[in-house]
Amino acid sequence: MAHDAALAHHEGDHDHPGEGFYIKVAIVLTIITVVEVVIYYLEGFRDFLVPALIILSCIKFAAVVGYFMHLKFDNKLFAWMFSAGLAISLAVMIAMVVIMHTGNYWAPVMLPKS
Amino acid sequence: MAATAAELQTAHGSGSDHVDSHGHSDHPPSSTGLDSRKLVMWAFLASDTMFFGALIGVYMTYRGRSEAMGMGPYPYDIFDIPYTSVSAFVLLMSSLTMVLALAAIQRGNNRGLRVWLTATALLGAIFVGGQFFEFTMFVREGLTLNSNMFGSSFFVLTGFHGLHVTVGVIWLLTLVWMSLRGGIDQSKSLNVEIAGLYWHFVDIVWIVIFTLVYLIPYENVGNGEVTHSAEGAFHFITNAIRSLPF
Repeated sequence: MAHDAALAHHEGDHDHPGEGFYIKVAIVLTIITVVEVVIYYLEGFRDFLVPALIILSCIKFAAVVGYFMHLKFDNKLFAWMFSAGLAISLAVMIAMVVIMHTGNYWAPVMLPKS
Repeated sequence: MAATAAELQTAHGSGSDHVDSHGHSDHPPSSTGLDSRKLVMWAFLASDTMFFGALIGVYMTYRGRSEAMGMGPYPYDIFDIPYTSVSAFVLLMSSLTMVLALAAIQRGNNRGLRVWLTATALLGAIFVGGQFFEFTMFVREGLTLNSNMFGSSFFVLTGFHGLHVTVGVIWLLTLVWMSLRGGIDQSKSLNVEIAGLYWHFVDIVWIVIFTLVYLIPYENVGNGEVTHSAEGAFHFITNAIRSLPF
């Protein structure tokens, strides 16, 4: 018990949020999910759908990582570690999409009918 | 004079756990002052992020190609957005119950821990069951691992995610069992926190998958035209990059 308490101090811990706070975060996440699905069906939103969905997903992502995973309040080393993996992951995704969707990379492929 | 356990613990710093009079501790001190188990979990999550990033990158690379090659079935033929929205909500709520479980054990509430952990495992199992049902429906409609690029990339991505959820459910049930045997108390809340980190990670991966795979619309670009869709967004980005002077 003394070990965990000492580590909590080192990890930049503070009073944990209460259940009410977590429930509020969950309600916000639910609302965002509902908004995502609603705008998916709105014809008038088609022009903004992709950026809106990405932005809303980023907000949900940050909320879960920051509050549920407690990264916002923990030692910054954890944030650096996770951010490094996330940055590499995003770079790989973007690089793959840019490379494969640029020019005439995809030649017509004739596959035998099964 | 033999050092007391408290003096030895002070000497070892925060890395010491229970220190007996011989100076033996359960956990050796770490150079960062942080618990190594938590650090390892964050390192694992960073690596798993790259793993899923690769799978999602492959899916996004192959997106639209099945349509261009005329090899169905296509996503807009078989996806059931309302159904998947409900499963996304279920997983989101499981993150809430997981963090409530952690809050309970950090206050020393063992019964609350078991209740919320069981709820989390149950919601996770419902999610996996829903995925399994969804996949069987897709297979009935002709979408399999080797039906087309969409099928391959979709099932590998969501299959690995489902596997992660399944492992998480087993882990949570193990914690419930340990708690019933008295193996988890307030001093061992880190065990629950580490399981929670894994579970929340599984949730955030699904947040990304739900958006990129299900919600971002699929438009027919077979005639070379781009519409307001993911393909349109990709062309906008690639054209912007190609217009850069360097």
